[in-house]
Amino acid sequence: MTMQAASSASPARALLAWARRRRAWLAALFLILFPLVAPFKALAAMILIYGLYAVGFNIVFGYLGLLSFGHAALFGAGAYFCGIAIVHFGLPWWVAIALGIVGGVLAAAAIGALAIRTRGIYFAMVTLALSQCVYYLFYEATDWTGGENGLTGVDVKTIDLFGLKLDFVNPLVHYYVIAAFVIAALFALSRLLASPFGAVIEGVRESEARARASGFDVSRVRFVTFVVSGAFCGLAGALLALHLSVVPIETLQYDTSGLAVMMCLLGGMGTYFGPFVGAAIFLLLENLVSLYTVHWQLFVGAAFIACVLFFQRGVWGTFLQWSEK
Amino acid sequence: MAGLTLQLLGLQLFTGVALGALYVLLAVGLSLIFGMLTVVNFAHGAFYMLGAYVGLWLLMHGVNFWVALALAPLAVGGFGLAIERTLIRPLYGRGLDYPLLLTFGLSYVIVELVRIWFGNTGYPVDTPDLLQGAVNIGVGYFPLYRLFVIAATAVILLALWLFLERTSFGLIVRAGARDPQIVRILGVNVARVWLIVFGLGAGLAGLAGVLAAPLQGVIPEMGDPILAEAFVVTVVGGMGSLMGAVVAGLLVGVVVSMTSLFAPEMSRVAIFALMAVVLLIRPQGFFGRAGLMS
Amino acid sequence: MSMNDKGWSRRQAVAAAGAALASPFLFNIARAETAKIKVGFPVPLTGPYGAEAQDQVRAAQVAIAEFNESGGLKGRQAELLVRDDKLKPGEAATRALELIEGDKVDFIVGSLSASVQLAVNNVTKARKVLYNSISQSDAINEAKEFSPYTFHEALNPHMTGGAVGRYAFSKFGKKVVFLTADYAYGYEMVRGFQAAGKPMGIQTLADIRHPLGTNDFSALLPRIEALKPDVLVISNFGRDQQISLKQATDFGLKKTMKIVAPVLLYTGRIAAGAQAFEGVVGGTSYYWGLEKTVASAKAFNDRFRKLHKGRVPSDYGSYAYGGVKTFLMAARQAGTTDAQAVIPAMEALKYDYYKGPEFYRKCDHQAVQSVFIIQSKTAPAGDPADVFDILATDAPDEANLRSCQELGFK
Repeated sequence: MTMQAASSASPARALLAWARRRRAWLAALFLILFPLVAPFKALAAMILIYGLYAVGFNIVFGYLGLLSFGHAALFGAGAYFCGIAIVHFGLPWWVAIALGIVGGVLAAAAIGALAIRTRGIYFAMVTLALSQCVYYLFYEATDWTGGENGLTGVDVKTIDLFGLKLDFVNPLVHYYVIAAFVIAALFALSRLLASPFGAVIEGVRESEARARASGFDVSRVRFVTFVVSGAFCGLAGALLALHLSVVPIETLQYDTSGLAVMMCLLGGMGTYFGPFVGAAIFLLLENLVSLYTVHWQLFVGAAFIACVLFFQRGVWGTFLQWSEK
Repeated sequence: MAGLTLQLLGLQLFTGVALGALYVLLAVGLSLIFGMLTVVNFAHGAFYMLGAYVGLWLLMHGVNFWVALALAPLAVGGFGLAIERTLIRPLYGRGLDYPLLLTFGLSYVIVELVRIWFGNTGYPVDTPDLLQGAVNIGVGYFPLYRLFVIAATAVILLALWLFLERTSFGLIVRAGARDPQIVRILGVNVARVWLIVFGLGAGLAGLAGVLAAPLQGVIPEMGDPILAEAFVVTVVGGMGSLMGAVVAGLLVGVVVSMTSLFAPEMSRVAIFALMAVVLLIRPQGFFGRAGLMS
Repeated sequence: MSMNDKGWSRRQAVAAAGAALASPFLFNIARAETAKIKVGFPVPLTGPYGAEAQDQVRAAQVAIAEFNESGGLKGRQAELLVRDDKLKPGEAATRALELIEGDKVDFIVGSLSASVQLAVNNVTKARKVLYNSISQSDAINEAKEFSPYTFHEALNPHMTGGAVGRYAFSKFGKKVVFLTADYAYGYEMVRGFQAAGKPMGIQTLADIRHPLGTNDFSALLPRIEALKPDVLVISNFGRDQQISLKQATDFGLKKTMKIVAPVLLYTGRIAAGAQAFEGVVGGTSYYWGLEKTVASAKAFNDRFRKLHKGRVPSDYGSYAYGGVKTFLMAARQAGTTDAQAVIPAMEALKYDYYKGPEFYRKCDHQAVQSVFIIQSKTAPAGDPADVFDILATDAPDEANLRSCQELGFK
């Protein structure tokens, strides 16, 4: 995404340029108002969490240009680290969330260090294989993770915030606490993308040779980007653990990696807010269609194919492109 | 380990080869499609499942097994032709990811359509009468049907090899796998070649499905785990290499079989660990060309 | 008394405001008397157990209809809210949250897999909503998962493994090989067999663990053959069970050993076919053929047939019936749907709704019930639904469950 010049011809363009500069604020506003329109607050919270997960994935997929099929490991590691901190160590909620971020970073560092040497389709395959290994690791460590049964008992009933006691079981409070973290993350992302490093990331995607010729250590850039992505996905995982109060083992399966890909594509990879839109579309579609028919996968698959064929920029990306005209 | 004899090891080896046979069929299809079209076919598992269900449908309507064995792959191959023509062709030139993503969504659709038609539960498929029972292969008793699967795979591979090495179409396929641009410059109708190769790959997957049906019955989800394993085999062998698909397929089958003997609960992670190790030491796989489609 | 612009006196304004504020409450109270009793029902309608889940929905509908026809709760009718949990704990937790927060259900009954029931239980116990799990796993009975709001109508692998073990080891022999799915449910099954088998002096030749979702057992079968056991205990579930039985048959294992399984499912038998299941002995919580000897089974079957055009209920279906009916009956007994009153009513309940006498054990709310030993019929006689013979009945006995201490209760 390039910076639009403020002095453009039509007011619509000027509005869009202003929106781009204030994207984090607008996103925050949208998320604050979201529960009023969402059918269920629990669903809205899931959209927040998966939206953040997709946004984290998009850093690598859309901005860096690498297709990873292993992001479930980053998401799941974050969820399990947070869950284990609460269940086995009784740590306070904010420590657990911080540990979740650490979990995502560690998983990303481990997978990234090994996968960065490969390119293209091999990168996708290596990340898939390594994340499967992470899955089996967690699956077998039954004493810590609960194995197939999942990690239960991630109970946080009240959030103690500088003396203010929030009832986390209350759906609306629950949503806004999660939203606070997601909004903070979106602000951080916006800063990152607008920074020089953000430009380098996109530069590497556009042309690796030119980036290298300009003096950048491409491998290092890739590795750091992957780890940053791990931090975002780890946070999303930690929030998932708190939201569901369990960590299901399927969080680490390759289906969850595929989910990130789908959401990014549906929404629009390489755009700031696109993955969020994609997550919302996917989850809403899945939930609403489920109410009428058990064959929701048909509609989701068909919608996905339609996007690949006709809306390669995703719903949000296409909308942005259209509004630029 | 109690009871570990040379006989048992031999029998286990044979089991591994039988396991590998199906992997080989799937990996060859995937490799062909990738080598020629540079498309990673995420719907390959769905084609496998489709082959099994077409076979089931034919059997349910009184067709005998041998005819079903011939017809089902043709049906799936035909379906593959249609898919390539309508859905994948528009995506060429848009980058590696798009056909991959399309086939990914396509697998959801195909599986759901089969669920709608046949239901969730799955059906048993009986081994054909001629191939029932077990034979003594020297190291122990081995099911006759599995021997048949090994034999059938060998025959198909031979036919494929002859096709690729001895026909002019096969020559084009091999050339196209090596350098698609040159082939196009030389005036070959590459689009038609790709169409046929995709259909061929799909047909091979369908054949694997029909062969697998008497082994495990059919269920709409049967393609999912097999797809992951087929990818491992293809990548380990080298994407685009048929020799690699064969060698890796047999290797993975034997690895699974041997791991099952000593540490059965590790048998699934063993394949992924193998893939991770191979990719890190030799990223292009055993027989793949370095730098092929990065 | 001052008059404002619109000509209202202050007193009138206060009275009007008071009436306006009170009216919703009046309206709500009036509505509460006839408000429906909502039973949330999350089950895996999509996925490999869709058939079982559909049957559970059918059976739950029978329970709801029966309750409503017999007068409901002081005129209040019951309503079933069916949701698809897609066999995933995350989805199930979300559905449970929606049912509680959005639909304001009084009870939740459901779940098929172990991880799903635990996820739903985690949600319901934090929000103090009654939950009756119909998943066949005793992970939910453990002290760390338990809450006063948690009930478990379904039987667990410890009970079935024990029942089948007691039957099989005395009849077929003491040298045993276990082929077990490598996850918690698999170990639960083995534990049940061992608990019954140890006092009988069985010899465990091997316990072979296979990954969940294995579709080819050929790598494991030669070794089992070489060990020459009397009994092969296959402890897995669903498709794993269907494939392992089929391939064991193909490899000719049935010629030299007796194969037993802790649980045989009606739907599984239909899916895998007669050949794979032939001669296999297993356990079940319910088989419709019970109607020949148990009156409540006949009553249940007849109601089911009437509502669902002649179909008979499956084992999983019967759980749904029991799970829903116990809550409704307990509510009727207590005169209210308030959880604090229903819990003691449930604990005091002695019932025989579809299979014989049952009651809920106090420490973990596990339904103490009978287990039936069944064997697949070689060729179904005339009726395609007549697939099992009932060989024996293991009577309801608390001693067949894991003790309260074992589960972690003080």
